[in-house]
Amino acid sequence: MDLTFTEHEEAFRAEARAWLEANVPRPALPSGDTREGFARHLEWERMLFDARWAVVSWPEVYGGREASLMEWLIFEEEYYRAGAPQRVTQNGIFLLAPTLFEFGTAEQQDRILPRMASGEEAWCQGWSEPNAGSDLAGITSRAVRDEAGGGWRLTGQKTWTTRGAFCDRLFGLFRTDPEADRHRGLTYFLVDLGAEGVTVRPVERLDGDEGFAEVFLEDAFVPDRDVLGGVNEGWRVAMATTGSERGLTLRSPGRFMATAARLIDLYRRHADATDPAVRDAVIRGWMDAEAYRWQTFWTVTRLMEGGRTGPESSLVKLFWSELDVRIHATALELLGPRAELVDGDDAAWMKGWQFALSGPIYAGTNEIQRNVVAERVLGLPRR
Amino acid sequence: MRFSFTDDQLAFRDAVRDLLEKECPPQRVRDAWTNVDGRSGAWDALEEMGVVGLSHPEVAGALGVDEIAVTLILEETGRFGLPEPIVEHTAVALPAVAQHIPEAVTDTSLFVAGGPMVPYATSATALLLERDRQLYLVDRSAATLTERASVDGSRRLYAVEWEPSNAVEIGGPEDAALAFDRGALGVAAQLIGVAQHLLDTTVEYAQARHQFGVPIGSFQAVKHHLANVALGLEFARPLVYRAAHSVARRDLDRSVHVSTAKAHASDAATVAARVALQVHGAIGYTTEYDLHLWMKRAWALAAAWGDAAWHRARVGRAILDTDPSEEQ
Repeated sequence: MDLTFTEHEEAFRAEARAWLEANVPRPALPSGDTREGFARHLEWERMLFDARWAVVSWPEVYGGREASLMEWLIFEEEYYRAGAPQRVTQNGIFLLAPTLFEFGTAEQQDRILPRMASGEEAWCQGWSEPNAGSDLAGITSRAVRDEAGGGWRLTGQKTWTTRGAFCDRLFGLFRTDPEADRHRGLTYFLVDLGAEGVTVRPVERLDGDEGFAEVFLEDAFVPDRDVLGGVNEGWRVAMATTGSERGLTLRSPGRFMATAARLIDLYRRHADATDPAVRDAVIRGWMDAEAYRWQTFWTVTRLMEGGRTGPESSLVKLFWSELDVRIHATALELLGPRAELVDGDDAAWMKGWQFALSGPIYAGTNEIQRNVVAERVLGLPRR
Repeated sequence: MRFSFTDDQLAFRDAVRDLLEKECPPQRVRDAWTNVDGRSGAWDALEEMGVVGLSHPEVAGALGVDEIAVTLILEETGRFGLPEPIVEHTAVALPAVAQHIPEAVTDTSLFVAGGPMVPYATSATALLLERDRQLYLVDRSAATLTERASVDGSRRLYAVEWEPSNAVEIGGPEDAALAFDRGALGVAAQLIGVAQHLLDTTVEYAQARHQFGVPIGSFQAVKHHLANVALGLEFARPLVYRAAHSVARRDLDRSVHVSTAKAHASDAATVAARVALQVHGAIGYTTEYDLHLWMKRAWALAAAWGDAAWHRARVGRAILDTDPSEEQ
């Protein structure tokens, strides 16, 4: 057991910290979940890409640094410590890209990854449908073979598509064999949102941003080269992505360490009037962020020594999503009557509280995650 | 950064597990409630294997063993519910006594430690005790022991009256702080083992017990209870291992790391006990069934060497009451 970072890792951290300190925009950018803010965030993504910080763990040929998992965690710690902008490209680089690396052809990787990394092409996720949320295998949007065109015709509706109104492309599941079992007969498609037959309608979220969208497809054409993995193999391919989403690639510990540090700053400004129970909650928030950090180092060591992530990633998703809610609830208690303000210096907490509440819902609700833990980690019987 | 155990550490842990499986079955834990000294009878076998004396500086130095290896073994002793003063002797007192007065360590010496109550004090040759941040070794005959009853019937507790004038001073505030952190770390490791046992046996029960024609473990309400136990354990365990590393390397933030670990381990074990009882239902509420042995151990150890609230308060003083400019 050696819990010190290597010289190489320390040098990597120092380089990241120096670049971020010099370049993180001040004042903070407007929310990336609005049209104006999204455009500003894409400019930031371009800066990250040009300095090769956009996708540190990727191969150099696609703009990365071939950073190890440990270095990626270090970068994330520095990124959030610096108060850098939200990653509006995250659904592409953290959710689709791992699937492309695993299942994509060389042609797909070369064509898609560089434009994704630079932010030239922004990706959104098209999984949920009006009648298929937690029960993802219940999707009914379909794709019909277009032999003459050399591709597929997609028809149906996707919903709760994060930043769908601002993105260029969508990755999602569509039913290609209506006769097959629910989990079979699905295919993973990469869809151009500018294609004929695609209509995107923004939906305002709980926090007031236009972060959601509904995507309507009517005979929209997708060429064969934009099928990811095999036809009717979509479930297997998609599950690889949910593994990344629930696991450490979506929400690394650095994010919550930074939130806990901001909570401590807030506490210090209000310490005189603080109830001991609130003080205790502040301490718990910090300790839980530590717990997440060390559980991650534990897992990453195992992965670097050849292990694989499995259903344990559901425990991780449960932990960070509920931690985020607790930290924000504590911050609102510290703010007292000013908690309701959505203007001024402390508005980020009410905004963050509302966003934190989405954590136990997205990427598989926490009820589903607890089922996964019980059935696939603990071995309890399915119904 | 390599946050994992070595093959040697894991192999030794496995050997201890094999020994405890043989020498400390649940019946031995149960017997310790009613026998003379509250102990398992497995101490000699553990001594022979080298577990008891593992933390003696000479042994540890020769084998390259430190608190990290000891922590992994203590976790096993928790899993088997071993009723012995292994934290008190091996984790806390032996390394302190051997470092400061090596001649006090003989083949037959058994040291215990703690406060305000000391477990297994009548079995011991001497007690390692703290007063005004000084560490003393008190011969058993120089202390007045008054028996106190623990909720865990195997933990024979004693209130101790003693005078520094009848004791040997063996260390100052730093030694006292290190001894305390070793104790808190040791019971934190045991609590992880206790919680794992409670989870394993409760999952087993939920698979086997049928109601309404199906295993009760197929009900979502039961599943979610057990998932919560797994969650607490998953995030407490690495904190304990990290605290072990900090104690072994005398990290400057050692006490914060130990307190974070002990608070999480106490919470993980008490949640495990709470859920275990609820899922077992009435059978878990009897003393005829073994579950109570581990639940009561969880409660006793959660309270020993600082409970979760005490440790959170200690963390709070370190992270909230210091000058922010001194932090990174």
